[in-house]
Order: sequence, then structure tokens, then C-alpha cells
Amino acid sequence: MRAPRPKAAIAAIAVAALAVAGCAESNRDDNSGGSKKDTLVFGVAGDPKVLDPSFASDGESLRVARQVFETLVRPEEGGTKVTPGLAESWTPDATGTTWTFKLRSGVKFHDGTDFNAEAVCVNFNRWYNAKGLMQSPDVTAYWQDVMGGFAKNENADLPPSLFKSCAAKDATTVDLAFTRVSSKIPAALMLPSFSIHSPKALQEFDASNVAGTAEDIKYPSYATEHPTGTGPFKFKTWDVANKTLTLERNEDYSGAKAKLKTLIFKTISDENARKQALRSGDIQGYDLVGPADVEPLKSEGFNMLTRPAFNVLYLAMNQKGNPKLADIRVRQAIAYALNRQQLVTSKLPPGAKVADNFMPDTVEGWNGDVTKYTYDPAKAKALLAEAGASNLTLKFHYPTEVTRPYMPNPKDIFELLSADLKAVGITVEAIPLKWSPDYLNATTSGSKHDIHFLGWTGDYGDAYNFIGTFFDRPKDEWGFNNKALFDQFKDADGTADIAARTEKYKALNKSVMDFLPGVPISHSPPAIVFGKDVTGVKASPLTDERYATAEFK
Amino acid sequence: MTLSPGKKREKIDRLAELAARDDERGVSLWQEAFRRLRGNPAAIVGAVILALFVLVAVVGPFLVPYAATDTIGIREGLIKPGVIPGPTGDHWFGYDHQGRDEFSRMIVGARQTLLVGVVSTLIGLAVGALIGGVSGAAAGLGGRWGRWIDTTLMRFIDMLLAMPSLLLAVSIAALLGASLTTVMIAVGVVSVPVFARLLRGSMISQANSDYVLAATSLGVKKSKIALTHVVPNSLAPVIVQATLTLATAIIEAAALSFLGLGNPDTAVPEWGVMLADAQQYLGIRPSLAIYPAVAIIITALGFTLLGEAMREALDPKLRK
Amino acid sequence: MFRFIVRRLLQLIPTLFGLSLLLFIWLRRLPGGPETAILGERGTPEMRAAIRRNMGLDEPILVQYGRFVRRMIKLDLGTSTSTKRAVTTEFIERFPGTVELTITAMIIAIGVGIPLGYLAARRRGRFLDHASVGGSLIGICIPVFFLGYVLKAIFSENLHWFPSSGRQDPTLGATRVTNFFVLDGLMTREWDAAADALWHLVLPSIALASIPLAIIVRITRASVLEVLNEDFVRTAEAKGLTEQTVRRRHVLRNAMLPVATSIGLLAGGLLSGAVLTETVFAFSGIGAFVAEAIGQRDYPVLMGFILIIAVVYVLVNLLVDLSYSFIDPRVRVR
Repeated sequence: MRAPRPKAAIAAIAVAALAVAGCAESNRDDNSGGSKKDTLVFGVAGDPKVLDPSFASDGESLRVARQVFETLVRPEEGGTKVTPGLAESWTPDATGTTWTFKLRSGVKFHDGTDFNAEAVCVNFNRWYNAKGLMQSPDVTAYWQDVMGGFAKNENADLPPSLFKSCAAKDATTVDLAFTRVSSKIPAALMLPSFSIHSPKALQEFDASNVAGTAEDIKYPSYATEHPTGTGPFKFKTWDVANKTLTLERNEDYSGAKAKLKTLIFKTISDENARKQALRSGDIQGYDLVGPADVEPLKSEGFNMLTRPAFNVLYLAMNQKGNPKLADIRVRQAIAYALNRQQLVTSKLPPGAKVADNFMPDTVEGWNGDVTKYTYDPAKAKALLAEAGASNLTLKFHYPTEVTRPYMPNPKDIFELLSADLKAVGITVEAIPLKWSPDYLNATTSGSKHDIHFLGWTGDYGDAYNFIGTFFDRPKDEWGFNNKALFDQFKDADGTADIAARTEKYKALNKSVMDFLPGVPISHSPPAIVFGKDVTGVKASPLTDERYATAEFK
Repeated sequence: MTLSPGKKREKIDRLAELAARDDERGVSLWQEAFRRLRGNPAAIVGAVILALFVLVAVVGPFLVPYAATDTIGIREGLIKPGVIPGPTGDHWFGYDHQGRDEFSRMIVGARQTLLVGVVSTLIGLAVGALIGGVSGAAAGLGGRWGRWIDTTLMRFIDMLLAMPSLLLAVSIAALLGASLTTVMIAVGVVSVPVFARLLRGSMISQANSDYVLAATSLGVKKSKIALTHVVPNSLAPVIVQATLTLATAIIEAAALSFLGLGNPDTAVPEWGVMLADAQQYLGIRPSLAIYPAVAIIITALGFTLLGEAMREALDPKLRK
Repeated sequence: MFRFIVRRLLQLIPTLFGLSLLLFIWLRRLPGGPETAILGERGTPEMRAAIRRNMGLDEPILVQYGRFVRRMIKLDLGTSTSTKRAVTTEFIERFPGTVELTITAMIIAIGVGIPLGYLAARRRGRFLDHASVGGSLIGICIPVFFLGYVLKAIFSENLHWFPSSGRQDPTLGATRVTNFFVLDGLMTREWDAAADALWHLVLPSIALASIPLAIIVRITRASVLEVLNEDFVRTAEAKGLTEQTVRRRHVLRNAMLPVATSIGLLAGGLLSGAVLTETVFAFSGIGAFVAEAIGQRDYPVLMGFILIIAVVYVLVNLLVDLSYSFIDPRVRVR
């Protein structure tokens, strides 16, 4: 063994460097690395999963899809109202089951082909005629959520399809027919999963060929390398080795062209690391800002945007898990015992509100005139005594390793809620579980859970997407079977007239709060932050931010 | 990445041999080691740190000014998103993010931290001793079966050594679900292979040493040899290793907490969990991270100083 | 010799079989499966059951294992359930980052640790000695993730000297060849890209190097002290060799043996440290990816990773045994 010789080592490295230099071709553009003022690097919490939004349900895939693709209708900028997208207008027929969409003309896909009614039908038929693995709930989650099933359901558990057929009447007119009236139409069509793809690209890259076995799904190259839409940005590269995804401006965009030349999404999974990256200038914005960072970053001059709260955090009580919870007085006692206001002011981001309904007040059908359960520990104790449950013991599940827009800090929330329950004499048995999969499994299936908290972020601006998701049928999460309530939901969903439907939703909110299957806790507005010199982006309650309007000052 | 497991083996085996050599010199290992320790300033510093730590852990929780779970700051409306008040006359270290008295939490946290360190080390020690003991005994018995058992067990142990310890701990934590016990087991299992190797090596070198041979030939009963010579001499390196393992156990538990796999029970504070929780509030109150971090570093330092000094005291090569 | 190698390689097959079967059963005993991770709070029990059925997770475990083995024989590690990409692709894209990071960390640890340890020994009892021994003790005791945050807070957030995250500035649009970014930059003559990749490596590799550096300093110091006391050093000095010659020829060379041994030991710990460093610095590598895969119950990724580790382990052991027989002619491989 020789003593190390620094000079020899350096020489060897230099020789090696010279040997490899230039032995591969550089393929980068000449214009890259130019002015950084037209390039935005935005920090996100996770890698996208697939670039074809038909197969996506995770926020990061959808964020990319929203820049590359467009949908027939889209939410108003910064709101939830349905506004024109690729369709200029839409009208239902008298029965409310067939909708006619008038399309924008002169729109081209990124591959140069024309967008028209034919293309819309190709897309809807592609989803509707899904076969094999494309019917798996993890592959086409949102289609199944909205439409139920397919042309030919291969699994007996799937409900019949809501979608019936698509007819292109002329180049800019298309009819979508549905099997029944549903409150979801047209609002649900603004989900990125209903993005319109280029039929030519779908064909060329074999987009519907989801192959392999179910335990080993192989997605076609379209879904990972060739997403082709009509949006203001075009897909450029996805560099997993550097955790970045690069989009570039669509120079032939039909609307106002993007102000940024390049938009880069960079994955930084750790929340604190995202904040440090923003401060050190690696990135010029990031999403999922911790509530504790909102005020400090704002005061440092960063451009902090607060999304209107479009979510709900609730405490669920499982009436099967603990028979005592089947007693309405016990459920009321728990509601009165919780100091929700204190939780909201101390732990949730600025602008958060105590929830009175299981849906935010920005959705039609919200009802201010329901039974409210304002903090009243004395009343809680009295109700418990009356119900003969003074020495009640509850298993309280709470999740670890997770932050959600509606619960930025589950452990803190648990600590405060359980302190409230203990204060009225309830014995709390803490059961912390890892969010995925343990917690979700334990709280939404079986009947071994007593109370837990969970929440929901709305997909589109419709009451059914909130309260219907929770209470329209018997679910293991709540463990009750209230037929009257279920019928009330069915009736509301099938009402075609919007004003009448809104009234029915209001009545439903009242019924729910009287029955009190759980306690709605809060609506908290998630924040998104941009660099000090970045402007032009409007926060959206549906997280439908449009980076095309972003610019550097 | 996971290179040279063979060399890792050698190092552990060498430590095991050291004790055996000692007795050959005819001086009581313990007395001599203790004498040497007293003269070593590093050992004294380490011992003082540990004595203080243990004292705080044992009596501290009875003396704290506030209950470690009492969310005073929230009740009084002092805690808001982005606002955590700093130290005051009543609250020497200020509040934590849940409005609890940080000073009280640090004191109470000492006990939990000690508990996690000690129990996980004991788990590693017990399981390691069992495997190492069986393996060593099998090797000592010899014969085809003995060798086979020894080889198989050591293959398994080598595999464990080759696994990145943190990933091993993470997968155990995932298997068992988050709890205090899980943390202790996950951290403990990581040190199993070290202890197993150590004990096996010890036993084999003891059995082959001259004094055991001599005692056997003099007709001393085997059980007496085992109790008066083999066991005490094998113990010394184990105690050294346990002291060093305590330091890594505390750090490893903090790393698990950082990855979100720490003890989720919030009733009792623990430094590792406190440090991990505080990462979120580095921007507004960095001291919440600094207190537990410094406490962890100092405690680990104490264990390391004492352990290293003990190792030196035992190693004839370093004695000059 | 040839027969020895062949026999050892053949032994690999039953080892991999046994290991994979064991792992397969163990992983599937973990509570909850990928279906819950995939669906999140939107999943209903019915949807989860449908996915389990689709994925064949409700079939007997041996049937599932049979399918796995058939795939393995074709060298197909399957598709990750959490990222939906081929496991092999994931590894090809993520291993280089970890390798780059650990190599840089080792270069720092060795390049700084050996000279520092040597100097500390030469100046025993003086300030430098105390400082490096004290510093190395703290280096061992400081949690890696905390050190990472502190480094970032100082050098990225306040001084803006180094980037705080990632492996390379994405606006450079560098060409990828091997996914070793520094190497790629050299190969394609994109010098700025190579320099930028090196720049991104500085802080994470310092954080990762902290523990190995501390250990190397201490071992070098102890080992040099030991050698300085040896008879042959005194003999060399006595016969009038210059101090430099003594240092080079005798002290360093002999002191390096235990140091070299310990460097081998440190490699395993580096991957553990890499899990934390990669998370803190948002550095795309295999460590953080696998740690996340455990949480996501991403069976294919975990199986693939552990099998690769096992193969590497067996091969390294084989190389070690072979190298002994070259170094020491008394050892004969059979």
C-alpha cells in the first residue's frame, strides 16, 4: 500500500476528464440559459405520476395537465363558477339529459391538428369505451367518480355509466347525451381529467393501450412522454433524475399567449426545504405553504396568495364502532365540547373559519340557518350525564405523516381536540396511524373506529361533491343507515332545475346538522407563494392556478 | 455502498478479543480499567454529563414548573399561525408551537429520551446476545451441526449488517405502525448484528484462551470457569459497545422522528420528536429546534466520551 | 480459481430465491397495501377491493410469487405502484444521484480527514489536536438532518453562496447521458452544467460527510500515534533518515492500513445518511426514494432494491475474497 499522492491523483482525474470530454453529443438548445426573467421555477411537493390526466388523480399530475390541456368548460379565474373553456356556450335540452356545446373555432392542438367537435367525441368515446385495465379504479379514478361505469362494465360492482353518447353535429357543435339528470353536469366537466387530447397524438402514441398485468400496469408512451393538448404551454421534458418537469410556451396558442417562455416544476417534498429554496432563490414560488410560514414570508415581501377555502375538516363519529355514539345526545355533547374557534385562531392559517356546514359557504346550497353547536362544555357535560355516558371512553384515531390543505398539522389538531374532550370528562384513547395506508384503511372501512378526523377538498363547485360524497349512502366511516336522508340526497341529485336543487341542498344541510353524524370543524384557506418579483397569478379555490399569466416585474 | 462487510466483522471481532487478553496478565480487568478511567479527563467529562442527564431524567419531571402537556399559550391566545412567543420570566425557554412551556418539556423529555435510548439498546443487546450466544456455543460445540448453525446465523447477521441501518429501521417502523414500542424495536434491531458478532467473538476467543485451558486442565468445574472468567470477561466489551450504542440510538430515534416515524404519542415529550416538530417553525422560532438539538448532541457526546474512554482503557494497544 | 468464481456465482441463485421469497411474504404482511396509498381519501372500500382484485393481491401468496419469479427471470423488476414507472427506469435515474453524492462525501471525508488526523497526531496535546478531536466528537453526535438545515440556513438562505436544493439548475437544460450529472457535463462539454452540478453537491455532501469525516480523523490520529511509537520508526529516525522520508515511507504507509479498513466500514452507514440528506436537500437519489417507497407499500421498488443490494453484497464479498488471495499468497481460494 502506497501513501496517497495528491499530485498523482489530480493528474489521473484530469486525464480521465479529458478522456470522457466530448464523447457524447450535447443536445441542448442554443437559447437555453439566457435571460432568467422569462423562466419560472416553481416548487411542488411531489413528482407527477402520469401526464395523461385521464389516468391521473394526484394534484401534481393535474397541475401539469392544467397548463398543457384545456377542458370544455373551466372554472372562472379565482373562483368555482362554470365559465367557457373550449366550449363557448352550452345548453341542456328540455329533459336535462342532453347538453349541446358550442365550441371555439380556430383552436389547434400542439401537434398542429385542428380542435373540433369530432375531436371531442373521440375523447369521450375513448373514456367511455375503456377496456381491461383502463376500467381499474386507480387508472380512471375521476371518470368513475363522475360517470360511474363504462360502455361495457367488466366488473359487476361498477354502476352503469352516466355518459351515454357523443354526437358531432358540425365542426363546432357537439351533443353530449347522459342517461339521467345529474347535478354533476356540466360542473364536473371542468375537471382536468376531462381534458381534450389531440386525436392524432392519441392514435400515434397508442394512448389507450394500458398494458401489462394489473399488478404491473404499463402505461403507453403517450401518458409519460407525449401529452398533446391545446393549452398555453407545451410539454418539453420530464427529468426524473433532477426531479424537474419543463414546459415551454405554446407559440400558436389561440388565446392570450403565456408571458413565461419556460415553466419548470421542481419537486421538493420537504416543506421546510421548499421554504429554504424560495429564500435562497432556487425557486420563484411554491405550493403547500405551512400555516406558520404564511405571515413571516409575507412580511419578507414574498407574494403570498391565499386560496379561498374550498374544503372542510370534520370530526367523524362511527355509530357502529361505539354504540354510545348512536345516541344523538352523546354526539351533541361531543359537538358542544369542541372549542373549534380556539383551534382555528391558533393553528389554522389566517383566514380560516369555523365550519357550520359540511361544505364551504362559497358553494350554492350552503345554509346559515342550521343548528350550530357553539363551544359550551357545561352543556356537553349535562348532555353526557343525561345520556348516561358520563364515563365515556372513545378511541380517537388521528393520522401521522401527512399534511392536507384542510389539515396542515394533524397532530396539533388532535392534541387540541382531545384536550377539549378530556375537559368534559371523556376518556380519550389515542390511536395514531400512518396516513397511508393504515389510517385511511382503519377509518373508512370496518367498524372498529370510534371517532377520527378527515376532510375533503372540493373537485368542482357543487354541493353534492361535498355532502353527497359523505352521506348519500351507508358508509363504514360513519356507520349509520338513515334511509330518509339517503332518499333526500337522491331526490336533490335528480332535480334538473338549479334553483329548486339549491333549496333541496339547503334543506339537506339542515337535516345533516340535526342528525349530526359528525362535527364539521373548519374551512382553511391553503396558501401558495411566489417570489417577490413574480405577479399575475390568481389563487384558485380549486387549485386551478394559471401560470400562463405569471410574469416577472 | 454497502462494501466490505468482511471488514466490519473484523473490527467487531477484534474488540471481542481484547477482553480475553487482559486476564492473561493476571490483573483484574475491572480494577485496572477503572483506575485508568479515573485518570482520563474525557471519561470524567462524559461521566459528569451522563450523571446530570440521568439525574434530570429521574427527578426532573417532579420539579417542573408546568405540566408538559398543558397548552397554556393557546388557552391564553398567545399562539397564532406564525407567532410563537419567546422566553419570559415565567417561561424560561418560551412556549412551543402548541403553547406549552418549552423548559418543562425539555426536562420531562430527558426521561423519555433516556428511556428510548436504554430500552432500544437493551433490545439490541438481548437479541444480539441470544443470537451471538447460540452461535458461539454452537461453534464451540463444533461438529457438523454446530458449524452449520454458526455459519447460518452469522450469514443472517452479516446480511443485517449489509442493510443500511436507517432503511431497516424505517421498514420495521412501517411494519409495526407508529408507537413508542415501534421506535424502540426499530432502533434496537439495528444494533442486533453488532452485539451478536461481539458476543460470539468474545465467547470463541475466551474458550480458546490459555487461562481457560489451564483452568480446565487443573480440573476446575466448567460452570465455575464460565461464571468467574468467561462471563465477566465477555461482558466488558459488551458494556463498552452498549455505551456507544446508546449515543447512536438517541440520534437514530431523532432521525426516525424526522422521517415522520417517531413516537406519535404526544402526551410525553421526547427530544427527537421535539426536534423534528420544530423544523416547521425554524423560520419563526429557531430556538425550538436548537434546545433539543443541543441536548441531543451533548447527551450523545457524554455517552461517546465515556464509551471511547472505556474502550481505550480496555485496549492494551492504546494503553502506552 | 475459475471454478471458484463459477461456484460462488451459482450460489447466488438459491440465495436470491430464498431472500426474495422471504421478503415477498414479509412485505405482504405489512398492514394495508398499495391500493390505499393510490386512492387516498377518495378511496371507498369497494374501490380498494377492486384494485386488490385487479392487482392479484387477493390470490394465494405463492401464485403471486410465481408471477414475480417469472418476471424476474426476464430481468423485469415490474412497475412501481406509486410512480407508475418501470422500476428499472427509476433505479437508472435515481441511483447515479446517490452515487455522486456518496462519492463526493467520501472524497471530502478522506481528503480532509486523513491530513487532519495525521496533523492532530503529530501535534499531540496541542490546540489543533484538541480542536480536531473535539470537532470530530461533535460531528458524530450531530443529527445529519439538523446539520443539513443549519448549513442551508447559513450558506443558502443568508449568504446565497450555494443552492439549497436539487442536483442542478433546471434552467440550464443540460443534456442527460448517464444521469451522473458531473460526468454528463464533461462528456457533452457543457462545462457550465458540470460546474453547476458540482456546486449543488457541496452542501449535501458536507452534511453527509460529517460522520465519516469525524470517524476518519479519529482513526487516523489513533493509528498514526500507534505507529509513531513503533520500533521501526524509532530505528528509521535513529539511522538518520530525513523526517520527510520517515513520514512518507514508514509512518503514513503503515498507519493507513486500519484507516483503509474503516473506510470500508463507513460505506454502509453512508446510505443511511443519504436517506436524510436527500430528503433535506431535495436531492434526487435512491435513498429518499426507497424510504418513501416503504411508506407507499411500493412492493416492486422494495423488492428490486433489496435484491440489488443482495447481489452487490455477494459480489463485493467475492471480490474481497479474491483480492485477499492476490495480496496474500498464503491464502488459496478453493
